[in-house]
Amino acid sequence: MFKSLPEQAQKVSVTIEDRTVQVPAHWSVAAAVLVQDMDSTRDSPVTGAPRAPYCLMGVCFECLTEIDGEPNQQACLRQVREGMVIKRQCGARRVLS
Amino acid sequence: MSADCDLVVIGAGPAGMAASVTAVELGLSVVLLDEQRAPGGQIYRDVEAPGLARPAVLGPDYDRGKALAAALRSTKLEYLPDTSVWQLSRDLEIGLHRDGRARFIKARKVIVAAGAMERPMPIPGWTLPGVMTAGAGQVLLKSAGIIPTGPVVLAGSGPLLLLLAWQYLRAGLKVDALLDTTPLGNYFSAAPMLPKALTAPGYIIKGLKLLVELRMSGIRMLSGISRLTAMGHERLGSIEFVRGSRTEVIPTKLLMLHQGVVPNTHIAVAAGCEQDWDTTQLCWKTRCDEWGATSVQGLFVAGDGAGIMGALASEHTGRLAALGVAYTLGKLGGAELQRRAAPEHSARLEQLRARPFLDTLYRPAEDFRLPADDTLLCRCEEVTAGEVRLAVGLGCAGPNQAKSYTRCGMGPCQGRVCGGMVSELIARERRMPVGEAGFYRVRPPLKPITLEQLANAATD
Repeated sequence: MFKSLPEQAQKVSVTIEDRTVQVPAHWSVAAAVLVQDMDSTRDSPVTGAPRAPYCLMGVCFECLTEIDGEPNQQACLRQVREGMVIKRQCGARRVLS
Repeated sequence: MSADCDLVVIGAGPAGMAASVTAVELGLSVVLLDEQRAPGGQIYRDVEAPGLARPAVLGPDYDRGKALAAALRSTKLEYLPDTSVWQLSRDLEIGLHRDGRARFIKARKVIVAAGAMERPMPIPGWTLPGVMTAGAGQVLLKSAGIIPTGPVVLAGSGPLLLLLAWQYLRAGLKVDALLDTTPLGNYFSAAPMLPKALTAPGYIIKGLKLLVELRMSGIRMLSGISRLTAMGHERLGSIEFVRGSRTEVIPTKLLMLHQGVVPNTHIAVAAGCEQDWDTTQLCWKTRCDEWGATSVQGLFVAGDGAGIMGALASEHTGRLAALGVAYTLGKLGGAELQRRAAPEHSARLEQLRARPFLDTLYRPAEDFRLPADDTLLCRCEEVTAGEVRLAVGLGCAGPNQAKSYTRCGMGPCQGRVCGGMVSELIARERRMPVGEAGFYRVRPPLKPITLEQLANAATD
């Protein structure tokens, strides 16, 4: 669905849904996920409908993702980091994790 | 809690950057908070990053952000990027969140320069993966140098949509179609405002140049689109549109929607600032005077967050707000205030000359503002427009009651996306002015925060 323009960039290794990939260090988590051709980044807790980032600026909250074990992270506002573990968020969050 | 600083500025876009620099020049201690990792807001997003040939793709206007960011970097203030504001109280106590830790700071004055957000475009299927805003496309381009691969359709109305198509063209990508939903009647209503718009520095010429280049590129551009549907099972597969009497389907995996931008009033609403519904721009605006002073004492707004005005006018209102704040803190007298403010006022007015034309030309059609019954209105809680209409029929009097009846507005976005639509829809159903129908009450925390972080913040 998306590809990156040729640019020199330092890369980091992140794991997205158990797949380890190299992405430019300055990318947001949302950008990293979109380039992997993942259809959706979470399931809506109301009906389970698949959802993906919509606004990419922190307003719509569609990109809620589990990052390094922490749920409800807005992927568009988080920068990738070496060794980051990114997982889709399915269903409602548990109050105590 | 005693004040930590003279002024906290929320938002490091053009208004916030200009306000911060001017405030420091006037002798104030300033803390600048921003959610992004670098200054620029959305319009100048990642302008400091040395990407490959970015100006060549993004256009020369983007460069203005570099000068603003450079001025910011050489100014003595406390700049906190990657920082979310989860609370702004009436007595200007700010709850902020950074690097997994929350804390409070207290300001003597606050300028909220939170900018604009995309106006939602609630078409059937708009929540399918593969449907995004044109703004999202620009963020990917500016901050990561990412462009679509396969088929992409742009649809909607407004200069940003044309700009994105043009930027993609310069990056080597021809979009499959550009569907313009601008109501054809708008061209007639807007025509009388064109002469004044032509006196605004460069706007119209730039727009025309863009259009000519797009037309010459051979991109399929269709106007007068009256209906649009995103279709697919679990992700976008195709879009269907109606133009005149013809219906057509285009297979595509990516649809970028845009019908203008509206002020992001969320923080100001949460702080208790009075809002007004602008019947021309069809959006809520924080009520403020010529300095940006709101109904909450000590709280000012500047930039697109105060009313859509564009990046250049935003700078001027940022400086005016800083001047207003400095005056209320006794840093300068009335005569000096007027002397410094005069050029900012006139520059601002000059930049605004194209607005009546643009606002009229790109006024979105009602069908694209108030969706059909079976279309989702609240994305977070999956509430359809029909459910809200039904609730009104059952006695629901306003947006806050709609929350109880339907859960509309109670999801994670707290009504940022659906708020304006719900106000308009309820006003329409109850046959009253939108201003009277009102807006959601917004309560902190405005951004996700854990109880642990909250508890630690209180004891720090």
